[in-house]
Amino acid sequence: MHLGLFIAFAVICVAGAISLVAQRHPINSALSLIVVMGSLAVLYLLLGAEFVAAIQLIVYAGAIMVLFVFVIMLLNAGAEERTRGSRVAMALGVPGLIVVAGVLMYTLAGHTAAGQDQLAIGATYGPPVAIGRSLFREFLLPFEVTSILILIAIMGAVLLARYHAAPAPETRAIDPDEAGDLLQLAGTHGSAAGARERRRAEHRMREREVTR
Amino acid sequence: MTVPLSYYLVLSAILFSLGVLAFVVKRNIITVFMSIELMLNAVNLSFVSFAAHWHRLSGQIFVFFVMVVAAAEAAVGLAIIIAVFRTRETLNIDRVNLLKL
Amino acid sequence: MPGFHRGDYLLALPMMLLTLFALGVLLIDLLLDRSSKVINAWAAFAGLAFSAAAVHNIQRAFADQAARGEPSSPFFAFSGTLMVDRFAVFFFYLFLAAAAITILMSVRYLEVEDEHHGEYYALILFSVVGMMCMAAGNDLILLFIGLELMAVSTYILVGFLRRDRRSNEAALKYLLLGAFSSGIFAYGLSLLYGLAGSTNLQQISMALGNAMAPGKARVVPAVALVTTAAGLFFKIAAVPFHQWAPDAYEGAPTSITGFMSVAGKASAWALLLRIFLFALGPMRPLYVPILVFVAIATMTGGNLAALTQSNVKRLFAYSSIAHVGYIMLGLIAGTAFLPNPDGIRGILVYLLVYTFMNLGVFGVIASLRRRDIIGDELDDLNGLFFKAPTEAVLMLTFLLSLAGIPPLAGFYGKYFIFLALIESGHYALATLAVIYVAVSAYYYLRVANAMFMRTAGDRVPVTISPGMWAGLAITGAATVVIGIYPEPFLRMVNWSMHVAQNPTVAQLLR
Repeated sequence: MHLGLFIAFAVICVAGAISLVAQRHPINSALSLIVVMGSLAVLYLLLGAEFVAAIQLIVYAGAIMVLFVFVIMLLNAGAEERTRGSRVAMALGVPGLIVVAGVLMYTLAGHTAAGQDQLAIGATYGPPVAIGRSLFREFLLPFEVTSILILIAIMGAVLLARYHAAPAPETRAIDPDEAGDLLQLAGTHGSAAGARERRRAEHRMREREVTR
Repeated sequence: MTVPLSYYLVLSAILFSLGVLAFVVKRNIITVFMSIELMLNAVNLSFVSFAAHWHRLSGQIFVFFVMVVAAAEAAVGLAIIIAVFRTRETLNIDRVNLLKL
Repeated sequence: MPGFHRGDYLLALPMMLLTLFALGVLLIDLLLDRSSKVINAWAAFAGLAFSAAAVHNIQRAFADQAARGEPSSPFFAFSGTLMVDRFAVFFFYLFLAAAAITILMSVRYLEVEDEHHGEYYALILFSVVGMMCMAAGNDLILLFIGLELMAVSTYILVGFLRRDRRSNEAALKYLLLGAFSSGIFAYGLSLLYGLAGSTNLQQISMALGNAMAPGKARVVPAVALVTTAAGLFFKIAAVPFHQWAPDAYEGAPTSITGFMSVAGKASAWALLLRIFLFALGPMRPLYVPILVFVAIATMTGGNLAALTQSNVKRLFAYSSIAHVGYIMLGLIAGTAFLPNPDGIRGILVYLLVYTFMNLGVFGVIASLRRRDIIGDELDDLNGLFFKAPTEAVLMLTFLLSLAGIPPLAGFYGKYFIFLALIESGHYALATLAVIYVAVSAYYYLRVANAMFMRTAGDRVPVTISPGMWAGLAITGAATVVIGIYPEPFLRMVNWSMHVAQNPTVAQLLR
């Protein structure tokens, strides 16, 4: 039973991960990743870590992945292009992966350290009470540092993604593609207005070529 | 019928390697970023299975911290991606090339 | 009974003060109008000063310990997750000094870039908190979270010039590769945890000692070592894993480039030393060959790539990669089982002097940023001597120090490391390193040549703000004084090496 569940969800998990690599559209990759996370939550339950399993679903699949999906939708990301870089990466990456995975699997498959007995299904060893006590006693300092980490993450996200109305004049003198600059100035505005601006910028570019 | 620890570790190694592969191969910045999340998930599986193996809680605690880190990196990373997209209108990593590599 | 005690409070006080002042900066930033943002810098500076006072308090506790005639032992806090030893105190001072000089050099630069926000100073303070956790962590969880706190705040700082496409791009590349390396590092940590069943460094060290006993299969420890080391090599920008450094250094605001290249690097080294000497101590026979390979690759890659750069920030990025190679030699020196104490001393001296000389270099580059002039190409340095003679002379001092010319501070870092190499019989490595030092003199002198021998391409004067003057004066004075009168600084390094408890490190003291 335990083994059967493990194999079923391990297969789903690996299939999801392969699908993440194989899919060309980011939204499909994101959904594959959610499948991986969901099946990992089941594996955590099998390992007796009920609280981690719950958090995995709530925080990882629920919050972080929603953020990803949200950004994909916001930026209207399309299917990925195949470029020369990606083909090179594919040619080097796949054999490299097989070697790395082979080495890791070989070493870890033989890893049978002296350990305790496995848990029966349904048995848990990490009740939330014990985890909370551990977090607030032994790991109090890392826990408090975490709060700073979250604070700077919020602050950084606001700071970096904040909309700025008036783009500064481009001071970088070395920029080779002037066209890119004009497009960029236009691109900093919102979506619909941005498209209009961009068209106007392209128009201006064309005019300049004519006068030249 | 129980599952040996090594099965979980092998699964974790497979997921981790797939994450590394996706990081190298994928060209969309957001997908590249998701592959890092996959790697961190593999790390978490490894921690939880070792925690079960040793019957110690600290492995599970580490998982929470990895999750916090993943969330913080996702928030900052996606904000940077938005900023890059604003100035360039592309999500292809090969086109983000003002700085020579 | 674990919990929060008075001792915990005293040992965590430097971090708590920094956090408080950073939060204060964020609050008062809301009250300030655009012209008075400099108050943020003063508040952050005060935070660093208070934190330094708290570190001094800890240092006094060590002095009391010595006065009572007790052997020096580290202070543990928070149920053993935090271990403040003299080694950590040394790094605390180093981070605080680097952050303070960076703040002095930043004010004017941010005004010119028109991105003068309080968040900048708060992020610098928060990243110092992360670095302190990296230097004083005795637990994988604290080390990891400290590393991430430092890294995430640096990602934001690199992308701080939001309207600049190079800054955006640098932040993106740094973030992707940084998060990737954190993933690899975390995987290595999970394997270490699996071997030891604990996140405590001492227990990991003991478990690895057992695992490395003769006749046992060493495959899993080896994989754990390789993944952990790969993650750490990313963080210090050693050669197969250095690609992020030139891009991040070039695109980041120049003041942050300086901060990253000294404080970020020193904290990554503190973490690396903690892990390699404390946790992975018993695995020294396995990791020395890896280090030899990486050190040679790093010196070669860094020095050769620096020869052809035309952008000054990129040039110094490659130069800092090369310096990582030299520093790594300090860890290689020693026998198969024990590091050479002179090598470790060399690493600490090197990081100390590197902080001052490299911050000085980036201060000079930052002062070249004027309205409408980016000032980070090699040609922008042309004729600097005729425009700002004092600054040009200071820059020359830093360059000669980086090249390791004897009367200056940079010489001592290299001296101890090469001495340790020769003591432990690594003649080939020492020779190679000396050859590369000679090569590096070429590109440093190229910069000097531009400043003194060429005529300026633009007529825009270089005006140097008082803060920048203070920063340059401190770094310049330190570079010269450590070179001429090194005794007090060497005594400080020796003092900080009285780390103990761990058998590997205790033997360093002899």
